[in-house]
Amino acid sequence: MAEFSLPANSVVKQGKLFKAAESASNTRRFLVYRYDPSTGKNPYIDTYEVDMDSCGPMVLDGLLKIKDQIDSTLSLRRSCREGICGSCSMNIDGTNTLACTKSIAEIKGDVKVYPLPHQPVVKDLVSDLTNFYAQYASIEPWMKTDSATPPDRERLQSKQDREKLDGLYECILCACCSTACPSYWWNSDRFLGPAAILNAYRWIVDSRDEAAGERLDDLEDPFKLYRCHSIMNCAKVCPKGLNPAQAIAETKKLLVQRKM
Amino acid sequence: MDNLSTPLSRVKGLGSAKDGTTHFWRQRLTALILIPLVLWFGFSVASMPVDHATLVGWIQQPAVAIGLILLILSTFYHAQLGLQIIIEDYVSTHSTRTASIIIVNFLCLLFAIIGVVAVLKISFGA
Repeated sequence: MAEFSLPANSVVKQGKLFKAAESASNTRRFLVYRYDPSTGKNPYIDTYEVDMDSCGPMVLDGLLKIKDQIDSTLSLRRSCREGICGSCSMNIDGTNTLACTKSIAEIKGDVKVYPLPHQPVVKDLVSDLTNFYAQYASIEPWMKTDSATPPDRERLQSKQDREKLDGLYECILCACCSTACPSYWWNSDRFLGPAAILNAYRWIVDSRDEAAGERLDDLEDPFKLYRCHSIMNCAKVCPKGLNPAQAIAETKKLLVQRKM
Repeated sequence: MDNLSTPLSRVKGLGSAKDGTTHFWRQRLTALILIPLVLWFGFSVASMPVDHATLVGWIQQPAVAIGLILLILSTFYHAQLGLQIIIEDYVSTHSTRTASIIIVNFLCLLFAIIGVVAVLKISFGA
């Protein structure tokens, strides 16, 4: 059965308080999830008082300031700091998002930062996305064709057909959507999750791809696809403003259409 | 981790069951047909004096009996489809999941038959 309470070794404890310098007058409190599986200790929440007069506007700025100036033991992933690499996805103020595009000013009260929900934690805010990436690989996210490539030019696509990919190709695989989905929490071993299905649909509707039927065959499964019950958390959290729930609904529609 | 198979092999698992669309589609169709049937049933019963003779007389009309049988069949078919989804969502042990689905399917069929037999018995005036 599904587990509704945390196992004893996962209960989150109170951690340390890192106070700001006496001179700091404009501080925000960052409550950050800390966990190191190699120690065998429970996870805990550390509290950092951050001087906002010498901190950038985004949550990632705050976290990097903590790492650089307050506590270098904090682990997190980040790279581009402009919402295109998808590395710094985490749960901020109760919602999965990118730390680099989430403004601290938007958050009322303490800034609560957790790793993405329901994934194994490598350390602190770094979650293990092995399964998530394997699910993406399993939908074979590349163009598949039987007809030969034109010898003298690229495969052409009309502007109208190219527009069908808008709202799909922008996915940066940050995993905010999949890890916000209750169906994914309970059945991520078999449910592909919103990100992988959105990307499968991106190839199904690509006018240059010739494997739409096989792609639909692979998706048509009570668990791989039909665990989606249109809960819509995916669409709510997507930091790129995409709508995976709609892509999944369109995929289901195609599956029904090809039977009629 | 004991499992030395690759993540991709685990995700691919036994492949697609090539199934689920019929289940999905029928769940929507039964939901749709239940809207008018439930409204009709609710308003009809609410607008009748609640005594045995009136209800029996109502059910004995052929059109009403047909409506009631449709309602009973759609309800239990819809319930079976929905309960199976809930079990698949929340029961993760494979054996318990399979057993629960079999039991639910059987009970839904049983209740549907009981309902239909009751309507037929009344409408043919036993």
